[in-house]
Amino acid sequence: MDLSAISPTLLIASLMVAATPILLAAIGELVVEKAGVLNLGVEGMMITGAICGFAIAVETGSPVLGFICAAIGAAILSMIFGVLTQFFLSNQVATGLALTLFGLGLSSLLGQSYVGIKPPSTEKIDFPLLSDIPYLGPIVFNHDLMVYLTLALVAAVWATLKYTRAGLILRAVGENHDAAHALGYKVIRVRLMAIAFGGACAGLGGAYLSLIRVPQWTEGMTAGAGWIALAIVVFASWRPLRVLLGAYLFGGVTVLQLNLQAAGMAIPVEYLSMSPYLITILVLVIMSAPRKGGKARMSLAAPACLGRAFHASS
Amino acid sequence: MLRRTLIATAAAAMALTGTAFADGHAKTKVGFVYVGPVGDGGWTYEHDQGRLAVEEAFGDKVETIFQENVPEGADAERVITQMALSGANIIFTTSFGYMDPTNAVAGKFPDVKFEHATGYKREHPNVSTYSARFYEGRAVQGHIAGKMTKTNKIGYIASFPIPEVIRGINAAYIHAKKVNPDVEFNIVWAYTWFDPAKEADAATALIEQGADVILQHTDSTAPQAAAQKAGNVITFGQASDMGEYAPMPRVSSIIDNWAPYYIDRVKAVMDGTWESKDTWDGIAPGMVEIGEISDAVPADVKAEALALKASISDGSYHVFTGPLKKQDGSDWLADGETADDGTLAGMNFYVEGLTGDIPQ
Repeated sequence: MDLSAISPTLLIASLMVAATPILLAAIGELVVEKAGVLNLGVEGMMITGAICGFAIAVETGSPVLGFICAAIGAAILSMIFGVLTQFFLSNQVATGLALTLFGLGLSSLLGQSYVGIKPPSTEKIDFPLLSDIPYLGPIVFNHDLMVYLTLALVAAVWATLKYTRAGLILRAVGENHDAAHALGYKVIRVRLMAIAFGGACAGLGGAYLSLIRVPQWTEGMTAGAGWIALAIVVFASWRPLRVLLGAYLFGGVTVLQLNLQAAGMAIPVEYLSMSPYLITILVLVIMSAPRKGGKARMSLAAPACLGRAFHASS
Repeated sequence: MLRRTLIATAAAAMALTGTAFADGHAKTKVGFVYVGPVGDGGWTYEHDQGRLAVEEAFGDKVETIFQENVPEGADAERVITQMALSGANIIFTTSFGYMDPTNAVAGKFPDVKFEHATGYKREHPNVSTYSARFYEGRAVQGHIAGKMTKTNKIGYIASFPIPEVIRGINAAYIHAKKVNPDVEFNIVWAYTWFDPAKEADAATALIEQGADVILQHTDSTAPQAAAQKAGNVITFGQASDMGEYAPMPRVSSIIDNWAPYYIDRVKAVMDGTWESKDTWDGIAPGMVEIGEISDAVPADVKAEALALKASISDGSYHVFTGPLKKQDGSDWLADGETADDGTLAGMNFYVEGLTGDIPQ
């Protein structure tokens, strides 16, 4: 075993890349849940975004167009969920699960003729000089545009939720939809917008996988990333900056386990491969444990109307 | 009058179905079960090329069917059974993990011929096994890798700890070590044949640890893409040429050419001469081909690699020739002794010099 072979600098740089798809999906889902909607269809929207982005990028030769269409495609898919749960008041958990299954099937259908094709490559942004700074350079200044956009998005979501009127309305809708309704806010419209935003983010995350991280299209390529994103939102107790932390933690463990293996660590491979998931479960258990007051950390932080259907008549 | 028309129509209909039946029986139905998608650009792609070659060779006399992305395990048994029920005369199951399902189904359909790739179980007289001596190609790769590496670190993305994969690691290592005594192998077990995301991550991790040569025993082109992104890293096409990544990072490849074997076996079914056997062909009969060595490889290294290939091909050199020791230091082959097929088929040990354990 030769642990010195693992370079911390490169490790951090690649964990940022590995975490980006989950981070995108998680920040989108955070907004959805802050509005009081539980959308379990993240996985389905992600993979739909992955194939939409991939197909468009291959056809047009432009990764940027690919990302835009990935966001649009996944947002359209999320609108199925939106219409079903907001207008027809269907059960959010069941509808979300159905959305995941539907998305997985739809994506394999759309992707039939795109297997094994090479997408146009996305250039890394070149910061002359800056990327040559020892240690800091490779971590901060040597990524593709999406990594920076994602970080900017997290900051924007944080600022919007905390400081703006729009953020306040969104939170009001999530905490008490009846009160928000009484105040004259359009609960359903706010929620639909949040769902579409969540879908677009998940789609971007999926496209990041198929266009940059892998880059290739295969059926089921998200391999559970959407579920991890859902877990990270709970892990972060619905706070944007903690979502960042959670995504990096998960990405870090994923990358670290492969590095440990490559360095010849004498831990059975099976344990290493399950470690990211084990840590996710562990964190969720800690979060659900009751506090002194008797209520779980998780239930205190959750939006009060999370998962509850709203109808103006009630 | 009416009755006569009816009878005539019925007779005509019967005649029609009769010819249809005759046609159906004249056609030999050939089934293929694939572990990945036909467009994987690697393992399954080459099997599918073999299927197309069968269609081309026999034209109207055959009908081929295939099922892709069949998981190894219980699903495989269902798929194979379904194929046998649908009237296939011969079924090729093209992944190691289909071994038990193939034999189980073969027991229930004694009239259908089964051909299982890379396995060793022939529990019924209607099961054959076939494989290619990929390790011969691995030796050539190892030679190039040992010569080309500057960091002396070679990354190896392995799939499952089965003899076929372990043979490949050993063959590559022995020949890399021969030309470069300082060479070191870092092996990552991906536990999948086909998972581009995982393969890409594994390749990236290996490259970050200083590997500048990546060998893969997984089927997608994702490691090639990762190497291309990294720049100064070379790779080898696995199972298929993966020529779209030439000349860099892909400097050569192992190509599986199943077409002659498939045509041969389908012909045997048509002629009624098919019988159970075990086929294990290498470079010499053309089942394993070495893809063009690109210009990124210096001319002298290329010449050596081709000479090595030629010596394997004409039988003057065996890839596993002593003196060789096992990883634990015990003797395996004496000077000049060559490994027998039995040992190779069940190989479950590393040769001396490789680090790490084979996962159990």
